[in-house]
Amino acid sequence: MSAFVWLTILTALRILARNRMRAGLTMLGIVIGVAVVIAMVSIGEGAKRAVQAQIASMGTNVIVIFPGVTSASGVRGSQGSAVTLTVSDALDLKKRIPLLADTGWAKRDVMQIVYGNRNWNGPINGISPSYLTIRDWSFTSGGPFTQTDLDSAARVALIGQTIVGNLFEPGEEPVGAVIRIKNVPFRVIGVLSPKGQSAQGSDQDDVIFIPFSTAERKVFGTSFIGSVGAMFGSTDQVEDLPMAAEQIREVLRARHRIQTEQDDDFTIRTQVDIGKVQEGTSETLTMMLFAIASVSLLVGGIGIMNILLVSVTERTREIGVRMAVGAKRRHIVMQFLIEAMTLSLVGGVLGIALGITGAKLTTLIAGWPTIISGNVIILAFFFSLVVGLFFGLYPANKAARLNPIEALRYE
Amino acid sequence: MMSALIQCEDVWKIYRVGDVEVQALRGLSVTIQQGEFVAIMGSSGSGKSTLMNILGCLDQPTKGRYRLNGIEVGNLKPDQLAGIRNQQIGFVFQSFNLIPRTSALENAQLPLFYRGLSLKEQRAQATAALGRVGLQGREHHYPTQLSGGQQQRVAIARALVTLPSLLLADEPTGNLDTQSSQEIMKILETLNRDEGITIILVTHEINIAAYASREIMIKDGQVLSDRVTKARPTPSPVEA
Repeated sequence: MSAFVWLTILTALRILARNRMRAGLTMLGIVIGVAVVIAMVSIGEGAKRAVQAQIASMGTNVIVIFPGVTSASGVRGSQGSAVTLTVSDALDLKKRIPLLADTGWAKRDVMQIVYGNRNWNGPINGISPSYLTIRDWSFTSGGPFTQTDLDSAARVALIGQTIVGNLFEPGEEPVGAVIRIKNVPFRVIGVLSPKGQSAQGSDQDDVIFIPFSTAERKVFGTSFIGSVGAMFGSTDQVEDLPMAAEQIREVLRARHRIQTEQDDDFTIRTQVDIGKVQEGTSETLTMMLFAIASVSLLVGGIGIMNILLVSVTERTREIGVRMAVGAKRRHIVMQFLIEAMTLSLVGGVLGIALGITGAKLTTLIAGWPTIISGNVIILAFFFSLVVGLFFGLYPANKAARLNPIEALRYE
Repeated sequence: MMSALIQCEDVWKIYRVGDVEVQALRGLSVTIQQGEFVAIMGSSGSGKSTLMNILGCLDQPTKGRYRLNGIEVGNLKPDQLAGIRNQQIGFVFQSFNLIPRTSALENAQLPLFYRGLSLKEQRAQATAALGRVGLQGREHHYPTQLSGGQQQRVAIARALVTLPSLLLADEPTGNLDTQSSQEIMKILETLNRDEGITIILVTHEINIAAYASREIMIKDGQVLSDRVTKARPTPSPVEA
């Protein structure tokens, strides 16, 4: 049997080589389908990897807690507009929840910053020192402020790369310079390492950090001392995030005396939640790709079926001869199935090659990151085999059902 | 003692073409012994092609019995018929029916291909069969590179390669010139005389039928006449 299979494959390849133009056109559907899928998946994977890197730039294992809306009825403020979260909430959370490695807090406002004859409007963040470690900020020069700075409401600032670019001459050293925020002088003690875009697309480097107490007392003019714009917590393990989030919820509800039937007056987000949104997006993308792939493989398969039907008609006499000299039905079926699968497999392999080339060219020309995944290649290969098998069945059976007498007489 | 290779008893073949019933064979009976060289003659529409199809196990009788080598063929399934054709019957057609763009050797190999022999054995036996019809050195020629007579010899080699007990030749010289026709008939004659292969030949040329030793005339699906035209040579006791 195996001699039969090998010889049939050889024969099939020879027939394809003989009708190169026809075989090429027939395979085109499969080639394009597979190539598109491979290229798109590679680009999609590359984009996904980039988004994952952005999410990771938030810091590791981070939980963010925003205050809720001001009231459930009447005019509602935006998220974070209420003053329900306080510094003492954050300190209490750390004390009561052992899962939390650290907690921090921040409050932000956009204000004018002046240095020399330049100015810039950027977000000023009053933060607890722990915020820097939770959000995983590092420094290109200088360093963070300390608890002492916080206690004494020191006028010191850490500035992001975008601020540096807008306020300072290239090559000028910002550390040690005095900038003015809302006319209050601040000494720059650290320059932050760049983080790039956030997962939501905002510029994370357009940022200034000052001690929370300084912000509260000297810059923002807050009416509710101790209220924060957001709180942050971190855990040692990413698996602990959901559990920690749930515990935070319980503690805050108790502290805020929220009745069972009442809604939370705060919102908790974890990195996992943000990741889920991204996963949802990429799932939609994947579904779309599968739809494109299915359609093009279907079209390619129909092409193969069509050409095989033509081939069966053209070779009716040959089939008759084969039957006369003793070919059984399964021999004829196998012959045409192998021809169909050879067509679709060669098409699949060409498509894979073309898709990889396309992905590489995209990286080269457009500069988009692409990742070629081995799984997709295996899947494409497997699917083209199945397409050949499926769409070869009908012509193969048609050939095998021919009456040998009529086939021999066929003109 | 000769065993009957072919036994047809009251064979009927009835086709239905639309509403019309065509009786191609009407109670035909014939017995052919191993080693005979039989010419079947008859005008077109006489039923001789239908008879050849049934004798060649390409078709089955509607009624009646056909035994080949003692096997009742009438009840066999298509794949079993294919097996019998592969093991016992060789076909030679008027239009050669070689597979195009396939070498002489591969054409001659074809029946062995379906026996599942190894490629090496297939090649060896097909080369030997081509040698028997005088085509040594032409193994790798394609049908288009061969003359009509040579193509028909490839077809004979393809029929011989399985060492069949029965060789059916349906107007084997119909597409050939006189000289090639004589060559082909000489080959068939030799195969019958020296190797004892039973040959059934369909023709309507009298000088071609003259190579056979028995002549059966068919008319309206029945045997019109059946006569021995020359003394059958004593089959050679020598086996290859």
